[in-house]
Amino acid sequence: MADATLQHSAAAGHGLAGEYEAPLFGAYSKKVGMWLFLASDSLTFGALLFAFSYNRIYTAWPTPFGKDSIINATVMTACLLSSSLTMVMGVFAAQRGDRRWTRLWLLATMVFGTAFIVLHGMEWTKLIHEGLTIPGFPKPAGQGVGEYAKISQGVPQFAATFFGLTAMHMLHVTIGVIYLGVVALRKWFLPILGVIWLAAYLVIPADNVFHYGVHALLIGLIVASIILFLKPKDYDAHDVEVSGLYWHFVDLVWMFIFPLVYLMSTRV
Amino acid sequence: MHDVAKHDDSKGQYFWVWGALLFLTGVEVFLGYRQVFEPVRMLEVLLVLSVIKSALIIAYFMHLKFEKPLMRWMLVIAVTGCFVIMYFFFFPDAGRILRLGVQ
Repeated sequence: MADATLQHSAAAGHGLAGEYEAPLFGAYSKKVGMWLFLASDSLTFGALLFAFSYNRIYTAWPTPFGKDSIINATVMTACLLSSSLTMVMGVFAAQRGDRRWTRLWLLATMVFGTAFIVLHGMEWTKLIHEGLTIPGFPKPAGQGVGEYAKISQGVPQFAATFFGLTAMHMLHVTIGVIYLGVVALRKWFLPILGVIWLAAYLVIPADNVFHYGVHALLIGLIVASIILFLKPKDYDAHDVEVSGLYWHFVDLVWMFIFPLVYLMSTRV
Repeated sequence: MHDVAKHDDSKGQYFWVWGALLFLTGVEVFLGYRQVFEPVRMLEVLLVLSVIKSALIIAYFMHLKFEKPLMRWMLVIAVTGCFVIMYFFFFPDAGRILRLGVQ
């Protein structure tokens, strides 16, 4: 979305050559910066997806995901796609200067994103409980020794690429939800995030990997606090748009992870 | 370049894009769950569908379609070029390891 403000400024015409030079890309620097970050981040995911695809083709790959996992992953995909739509609506509301609807659309986006994380967390917990694991994960009480445990031992690349890819993506979604929370609620979001972190830490049992993974929220809380207290500001339409770019990117990456990781490993 | 009003007038297109993305996801799930193709062909088909979906997201939701051509093409060519280079580095070398029989 090119910036109308820049266009207007460039067209205002001071009549002096060289007094104002229109930006090369016709966009404000924050947006160009976010695009460059996303381009570099896409290479991170690209490398992981290449590694996965290579293993998928050249290894005797297990196909353990049954109907439940596929339905769960499809609902997660629908959540992310819907969150992109609410994000677009949020950007429009911000450009109209409608602060109430901007906040509401951003909160709706966060709800979809949180639903995605919770569903994904439940899926992970189920798989780990059934025996799919990697070294370093805590061993839950009563962990299964069935098909998934055999896969973890026989084809360790499966668990490694599955958890590596999906963990990286889940981390990005979590960062995205925190980012949107900061843009939508500013300092008001900090105590909410703190309560969510503490509640999750206390509620999730110690033998669950998310008992430790939830500390990503604490790191997010510290970073968001530093940003908000060092440079307090009222986030404008540009900030909403830039946060939207990040959010859509998270959605975009899942469009590759879902078919490659889940659908290519479907049990017939 | 475009202005904000133009976008507001055409909000409906974003619902169409959202619907198209959900539909394509449904097609992917159908193909994957029914195992319509053998693995390598399935990987190719799913990747093509994913590229279509990502193009829709980038063009409409991320609004790259409405950016200046210079920015649009610079981003697309740079990222695509990097992926092509990555492909030529990763896959042949990985295949070479298999052919050499490294245990």
